[in-house]
Amino acid sequence: MREYINLKTPLSDSDVEKLEAGDKVRISGILYTARDAAHKRLMEMIESGKDLPFDLKGQLIYYVGPSPAKPEQVIGSAGPTTSYRMDTYTPAFIKMGLKGTIGKGNRSQEVIEAMRKYKAVYLAAVGGAAALIAKTIRKVRIIAFEDLGPEAIRELEVDNFPAIVVNDTKGNDLYNIGSDKYKIPS
Amino acid sequence: MRQINTEEITDTVEKICIDANYNLGDDLITSLRNALDKEESPLGKEVIKQLLENAEIGKNEQVPVCQDTGYAVVFVEIGQNVMIEGQSLQEAINEGVRRGYKNGYLRKSIVRSPLDRVNTGDNTPAAIHTDIVPGDKLKITFIAKGGGCENMSRTAMLTPAQGRDGVINFVVETVKIAGANPCPPIIVGVGLGGTFEYASLLSKKAILRSVGIHNKDINIAHLEDELLEKINKLGIGPQGFGGRITALAVHVETYPCHIASLPVAVNIECHSHRPKSVVI
Repeated sequence: MREYINLKTPLSDSDVEKLEAGDKVRISGILYTARDAAHKRLMEMIESGKDLPFDLKGQLIYYVGPSPAKPEQVIGSAGPTTSYRMDTYTPAFIKMGLKGTIGKGNRSQEVIEAMRKYKAVYLAAVGGAAALIAKTIRKVRIIAFEDLGPEAIRELEVDNFPAIVVNDTKGNDLYNIGSDKYKIPS
Repeated sequence: MRQINTEEITDTVEKICIDANYNLGDDLITSLRNALDKEESPLGKEVIKQLLENAEIGKNEQVPVCQDTGYAVVFVEIGQNVMIEGQSLQEAINEGVRRGYKNGYLRKSIVRSPLDRVNTGDNTPAAIHTDIVPGDKLKITFIAKGGGCENMSRTAMLTPAQGRDGVINFVVETVKIAGANPCPPIIVGVGLGGTFEYASLLSKKAILRSVGIHNKDINIAHLEDELLEKINKLGIGPQGFGGRITALAVHVETYPCHIASLPVAVNIECHSHRPKSVVI
């Protein structure tokens, strides 16, 4: 198994093309948070030709709705939410230049195909390791949809944020590779 | 009649909302440690180690172990010799949830209507289930139920002809379809029998049993073992990255059912298993 690969956002095509399903990465730079309600609004903005709150090009979206920060904290607990709920929106974002998404759980064939075609990756963070992950988040700024509370779009400055490549640009899927390896036919 | 004031109920609910979200139970931690011993996949082992480390941070720093601090599901067993005085029981529980989620810095994850989806801002209302039982005590059980694993739960009305094999197939298929989504290693709650709604309720009650403790009925205990073995043969593993431990435990609860029916409900629970009980 390869050691950690360091990624610095924003990402280029060649940054993501070198990644393979199963690689462990450490991300530094900016991540944008968005989940169900924010995706719906972003899609409505795209459809009505409005500018988005951030430029998707080269960026990573992290599917997270953090818990509130305690007074001494930068952010509350901040682990990934399940990704498939964003599948209807993701291909359009990838086509506009998004280089990857971070969440947990399986993606649709449409998302996997868009990642292959437009060079993007899907990364998994460990679901439920939310207090641990929060320690890699240095700064937080709400940039859109503040009324959505935990679902607002946040700009996170992260340092060595841990993730694993699930879907690479070649169509490989760690979830299939992993379960095929450990499956015991009955 | 023993009198219990709703203020005491509110205070109790506030405390256990926070306690459950910060401090994972010893039964779960033991189960995760056992899983770490049994897991063969290097990536799977790394995931379980991170979950144990995360649990330590939750406890030591008094922060939520998961950002999804859940739907507040509250079971109340009310002794029939108890008289509840003060305000309405429902409001007392909801006030406890409101305070717990505010004072504990827990995420507010409830929308007022499934269709207009405006956040209520205080994580109320709770899903409240009450049972009248013998005695003069009042037992409150809170569980923070995450949305990701709840979404992977399923119910089926099987035919009596499908029998035990049909039940096994449905439960294993449910876990297979869920894949990496519900944050494995999971706990699988199965409600078998009753009616359509009763099976679902039983499946949630099954989750509340201490992790890995078998049903007292030996035949059902064997079914639990067989289900766990079949589920762990799927190879889904911790977080779906592949491995031996897809589920930590399978708990089955049963109830008599109609001659025409074989209801089965599967409630999936993530590894962030957060129940707490207090007896007043």
